[in-house]
Amino acid sequence: MQSFWAERGCVLQQPYDVEVGAGTMAPETFLRVLGPRPYKVGYAQPSRRPADGRYGENPNRLFKHTQFQLILKPPPVNVQELYLESLEAMGIDLRQHDLKFEEDNWEWPAGGAWGVGWQVMLDGLEITQFTYFQQCGGLDLDPICAELTYGMERIAAFLQDVDSIYDIVWARDPETGAPITYGDVRLAEELQFSVYNFEYADVPRLWEHFNSFEAEAKSLLEQASAVLNDEKASPAEKRRFPLLATYELALKCSNLFNLLDARGAISVTERVGIIGRIRNLAVGVAKAYASQQAAGSQ
Amino acid sequence: MSDFLFELGLEEIPARMIAGAEAELGRRVTDLLTREHLLAAGATVTTFSTPRRLAVLAERVLARQADTEEQLTGPSWKVAFKDDAPTAAAQAFAKKAGVDVSALQKVTTPKGEYVGATVKRAGRSASEILAADLPKEVLALYWAKNMYWRAGKPERFVRPVRWVVALLDSEVVPLEIAGIAAGRESRGHRILHGDAPVPVFQACDYSKSLLGAAVVVSVADRRQIIRKALDAVTRTVAGARWREDEPLVETVVHLTEWPSVILGNFDREFLALPEEVLVTVMRDHQKYFAVEDANGKLAPHFLAVLNTRADEEGAAIIRHGNQKVLVARFKDARFFWDFDQKTPLKDRVEGLKHVTFQKELGSYHWKTEQNLHVAQALAKLLKAKGTKFDEAALFQAVELAKTDLTTELVKEFTELQGIIGGLYARAQHLGERTALAIYEQYVPASMEDNIPVCVEGQLLGLGDRIQTIAAMFGIGMEPTGSKDPFALRRAANAVVKILAESELPLNLSEVVEAVAEIDGKTVDSVRAFLRERLNFYLKDVRGFAYDVVNAVLAAGADDVRDAIARAEGLAAARGSEDFVAVSAAFKRIKNILRQAEEKGFALGNSGNAKAVEAVGLRDAAARVAPEFEKLRGQRNYAEALALIATLRPTVDTFFDKVMVLDPDETLRGAHLALIHEVLSNFSTIADFSEIVTS
Repeated sequence: MQSFWAERGCVLQQPYDVEVGAGTMAPETFLRVLGPRPYKVGYAQPSRRPADGRYGENPNRLFKHTQFQLILKPPPVNVQELYLESLEAMGIDLRQHDLKFEEDNWEWPAGGAWGVGWQVMLDGLEITQFTYFQQCGGLDLDPICAELTYGMERIAAFLQDVDSIYDIVWARDPETGAPITYGDVRLAEELQFSVYNFEYADVPRLWEHFNSFEAEAKSLLEQASAVLNDEKASPAEKRRFPLLATYELALKCSNLFNLLDARGAISVTERVGIIGRIRNLAVGVAKAYASQQAAGSQ
Repeated sequence: MSDFLFELGLEEIPARMIAGAEAELGRRVTDLLTREHLLAAGATVTTFSTPRRLAVLAERVLARQADTEEQLTGPSWKVAFKDDAPTAAAQAFAKKAGVDVSALQKVTTPKGEYVGATVKRAGRSASEILAADLPKEVLALYWAKNMYWRAGKPERFVRPVRWVVALLDSEVVPLEIAGIAAGRESRGHRILHGDAPVPVFQACDYSKSLLGAAVVVSVADRRQIIRKALDAVTRTVAGARWREDEPLVETVVHLTEWPSVILGNFDREFLALPEEVLVTVMRDHQKYFAVEDANGKLAPHFLAVLNTRADEEGAAIIRHGNQKVLVARFKDARFFWDFDQKTPLKDRVEGLKHVTFQKELGSYHWKTEQNLHVAQALAKLLKAKGTKFDEAALFQAVELAKTDLTTELVKEFTELQGIIGGLYARAQHLGERTALAIYEQYVPASMEDNIPVCVEGQLLGLGDRIQTIAAMFGIGMEPTGSKDPFALRRAANAVVKILAESELPLNLSEVVEAVAEIDGKTVDSVRAFLRERLNFYLKDVRGFAYDVVNAVLAAGADDVRDAIARAEGLAAARGSEDFVAVSAAFKRIKNILRQAEEKGFALGNSGNAKAVEAVGLRDAAARVAPEFEKLRGQRNYAEALALIATLRPTVDTFFDKVMVLDPDETLRGAHLALIHEVLSNFSTIADFSEIVTS
């Protein structure tokens, strides 16, 4: 998959090294889709969803799954055909399968992001979320971009025809043929993080972390606003303002929110308010970033 | 005479939007061609669609419009020509008409002499008109959700436009849509045909050309193929039938270009899960049809509609894949079911405090408490009226009705709320009546649905909805115009339907008043709201004529079943000529009484009437009244109304011979009193003056 897209001019990025709930949240997507500059990038992104943890007991659900995230900005006219070729490149002979593009519109309210698109169904299995991003960080996108999110565990289980994600063969000893499975590599992690997320995570401390990351992000956003709106500030000054670091703080808050949610520490009434707080950070960064980019290109 | 073909190639359109868009495109093309006088006699317009295209074929289209000649009249001749020389007025008119000044003629009219011009318009060609006007029509199609795709965002549409075919017979119509020039090249099935373009040489060959590229462009054809294939594949299992599901058929029709069907199986052990859960997983999540055995019980099979034509090996792979997905989902459902049993419904009431019902009102815990008050009030009324029901089961059902909102299974399958609660109540041995009441609390969901079968379910559903309506009205959330975000109209429709189709001895005001803690103003507006829904029910669900409904409701709109019976009686009576004549007379009576009131004429004593015809009417009315009341008491409205019709001759002669507004005050008062008595005695079933008589 990586070489398929690399051959088509995509930057191959490494996974982002801050906890995220989805590949969309990594700055390679969230920030790069803003503004006019074309960009093509692909990366595998471990995506943490604490509430989805099942202590490693459910064969289909994971606390942390891997998305292969692809951004094509702007989308080429043959983007769907390219996507189908990428499936063929993974060894799926489409003539032997049933493929449908079924309406599925994606949104991430805390990121002020949404798009329209499809879930791609292969023999009844959703293997990809295909989205034409329309808005991100509360900003209208122009050009828009295509976002392809492949569910890697699902696709691997499909290709290897195993009933459980944990039975996926990850590597095989070339001499003995002995397999190392997904379970060998990740089961303990699923178990322990489920235990932590649901049982041990210290709620008051999580709130402290949340508040402290939020406070720092807010303070940075205020300073960003001062610098970016300062007519006397030079382009160089604007360009060096650490918005990328500010965004990481917003991501930290998002992950802490997910943890608190998994702990059952957020009531329905509080929920809306907290999503709003994260949204303020994410949208604030997006706006500042867009204006920083505009300043940089002057 | 030509055929015009237009095909818009798109990336996959959401299935739910295709039928509407196809029809709208057909309408727009027909309207455009009609407006431009391009349709010959006997022209037909056929539409097509698949997930990747909308298309229209118009047959018998004129190659060009007929030339026209139009006579324009301008300023008066005197103003336009001074000494035979054209003035500025003549110049301006000639310019406006698009003719040379020398071509202006003198037109003589009764009003005088004017300047005239004959304007000849050469008909434009169909190709020219379509190229100019069709793109606007296409881009104006309504979509529930739109997107941008091109840089600079020049247009919004449901999905990106990828190709356009526009042909008049074999000639390409030079139009452009969303930056794509029309040609003759269509596309075939993504997999079965691949990316190679599919040329359409003649407009009328459209279906055939696409069929060769593995695309069935006719929706009706695909529907038939799918239904036949479902039948054929099901026949391979002895005694089995597929569960008819029209909405699902429509969905898969719009998800396929080349449909075929496979039969899949799952392990019998999953049949231990409730049928409702299995069917929801199959239908809503996987778009599979359920299969039942000869006894109507769910069988361990499913039918998947594919968008391909697989060979045997491919079919085996596809079947295997679909089975795996379904089993994984069933396992999830079973996991949730087992997990949920660890916390019985009774222990979930407290948890409802964390589930918001409505921000300004409170949680579902609050909602449950309110529903209990309503249920208690309704129970008290029913007991007083001697209705038999299980009070303990009702209260238990109300208390637990919303607890399934905290279960994992309902979080996964929100469409099964209520149903899951009922199934859990049964599994937890809370009593069949309680379980059934919880299970049925959300029916009827539509006017086509049946009402709950058990009294407790009817009461739970009634109380829950009326509480919601009253509480929402109380905070100013009543529906306005087309906006009804909390589906209060649907809730009120259900209230009316339950009262109409159950045996509950409750009228609308009793139901409204069962809600404690609402002020008088809200009570009035809720009552008016329910009355409006009753009007809707009688007209749209029961099919009564609007004047019958108005007449019946004007005589009372509180007792729903009585209103229906009266409407039936009135609808039957309305066919009789005598009855219609009496209705007209009642309308006249009402008018006379109104005039009398305006003039300050008082009602007198009907006993003072002297004219034979007046005495005759008084006696006839007095004779008929007791029998009428008796029939009315028995709710034998048809006969009661037939009885009124017998008054026709006496009423007619009265109005023929008697001057109602007699100059003599005593006689006038007597006449007014007489007709007033007739009106009020016989208007208790319906206000006949509402009946449209001619």
